[in-house]
Amino acid sequence: MIDVEHLSKSFVVRRGKLRRQRHVVDAVADLSFRVERGELLGYLGPNGAGKSTTIKMLTGILVPSSGRVTVAGLDPSRRRIELARRIGAMFGQRVQLWWDLPLIDSFELLRHIYKVPADRYQASLARFREVLDLDPFLHTPVRQLSLGQRIRGELTASLLHEPELLFLDEPTIGLDVVAKQRVRDFLVEINRERGVTVLLTTHDLGDIERLCDRLLVIDHGRLIWDGRIPDLKERYGADRMLIVDLERPAPPLEIEGATVERVDGPRQWLRFRGPAAELTARVAASARLVDLQIAEPDIEEIVRRIYSNPAI
Amino acid sequence: MVEPFVLWRRLVGAQIRSQLQYRASFVLDLAGSFLISFVDFLAVLVIFHNVPRLGEWSVEEVAFLYALSSISFAVTDLAIGHLDQFPQKIRDGNFDILLVRPRGSLYQVIASDFQLRRLGKAAQGLLVLGYALAALHVDWDPGRVAMLVVMIPAGVVLFSSVWVIGACLSFWTTDGGEFTNAFTYGGAFMAQYPIDIYGTWLRRFLCYIVPLGFVCYFPALYILDKRDPLGLPRFLEFSSPFVALLAALVAGTIWRGAVRHYRSAGG
Repeated sequence: MIDVEHLSKSFVVRRGKLRRQRHVVDAVADLSFRVERGELLGYLGPNGAGKSTTIKMLTGILVPSSGRVTVAGLDPSRRRIELARRIGAMFGQRVQLWWDLPLIDSFELLRHIYKVPADRYQASLARFREVLDLDPFLHTPVRQLSLGQRIRGELTASLLHEPELLFLDEPTIGLDVVAKQRVRDFLVEINRERGVTVLLTTHDLGDIERLCDRLLVIDHGRLIWDGRIPDLKERYGADRMLIVDLERPAPPLEIEGATVERVDGPRQWLRFRGPAAELTARVAASARLVDLQIAEPDIEEIVRRIYSNPAI
Repeated sequence: MVEPFVLWRRLVGAQIRSQLQYRASFVLDLAGSFLISFVDFLAVLVIFHNVPRLGEWSVEEVAFLYALSSISFAVTDLAIGHLDQFPQKIRDGNFDILLVRPRGSLYQVIASDFQLRRLGKAAQGLLVLGYALAALHVDWDPGRVAMLVVMIPAGVVLFSSVWVIGACLSFWTTDGGEFTNAFTYGGAFMAQYPIDIYGTWLRRFLCYIVPLGFVCYFPALYILDKRDPLGLPRFLEFSSPFVALLAALVAGTIWRGAVRHYRSAGG
């Protein structure tokens, strides 16, 4: 669905007030990856890492400086209009809906812009109305919608023409927990039920953890991770945390194969690697346990480690 | 050919519905644009209060020129006057949203707004035209009627082309609206008067660089059956539709180049 080979994009920036000097900045450098049809892929990176630049090249907005991009079998920058019919894009911080008009009017206008046949349009809209529960605000002007409602509207707007591939830039930014969950469920739905390939750019690791099988991490314009999330945890943060509640407060336990990270009254946090069964047995042998739980490594923590030390 | 026009009407219709949401502000703007454009015409009357003729032109004839230029300008302003906010669209990245839709970028930019509140100026132009025609005793024949009918769309295309080229600048400067205004509004102002009253340099500018002289001056010579005080060849009287077409082609080409620059340099 997406095929990127040695993709680079550099910008010329002029700095200085009087004698302006030209600097060439590599926003994206030598990026290569493939995305198969039906994947739900996370694309992660700190601000200014080159995420948006990549998305802009994939959608045909920007022309690459060098390298090759194929999206849905097309060269995006040369066949922008043709590609536009087959992809959807939603930028969480931009509004593609018509601000002063009822939500339904935006859908109608987009139907004509994309030349969606009336019956297909009615069928898709009916489904989105149900899944995203649009009916309560379908006739409300967009400017009066809550953020959560607007995002549901934006999602519908970017999917009405039944794209094969959907680009989402920060779709859950600023949403409350309930609204976030709703958007996530919806994305899983369109990915699983309708086979829409989704490329999700986000800062929200919760999105990534709950939605994506595979993750790309980019920093300073370079790809620093491409793989499954469990593998990422394995590689960068195999340590898990055993959290034990003892009968009464105790000094930090001394257990082979684990180090105590934190003590809070009767509760202790033990960092460990490897199977949990033996360790649990050893803890139970040396102290009276009331309760225990195991925390998987936090992806946020892992990503922080990758960013700070990509050479690991 | 018809479908893009139907879509344009839909998109523009949506904008008009949006503007009518703020009814009071809309009515005030409309009245404002109507009144301000009269002050504009007052300037013409003030000139003629002091001099009986402007070069070879009487007050009625200048009113005729003024009216035709005003109408063409006002229609342009209605349809694409929002291009003066185009730099903002580039800066906030909203232009990118248009680029992920399956339509031409210039088409979408033009169809993205419609300044109905500037209808006041068009109404004023029509009133002045009524006055000029009543006072002028034009010898109407099919040729003159045809010229009157053709010159307004040609004028709109000419003005629009200058607007579009002006907007192209913002792909490089991401601002520079004021510089563009000097050509668009400034050019429109100058096209309201007969170009033979200007000095050679300005006249050449209005014929060859920003060809707004073709909006009214040459067609008006034909309709009013006047000898060109400048002694330019007579075929120029019929040239405005062709010049308009040429200007549109140039504007389209520059737009394409500008978008290509934007897409390779990256907003």
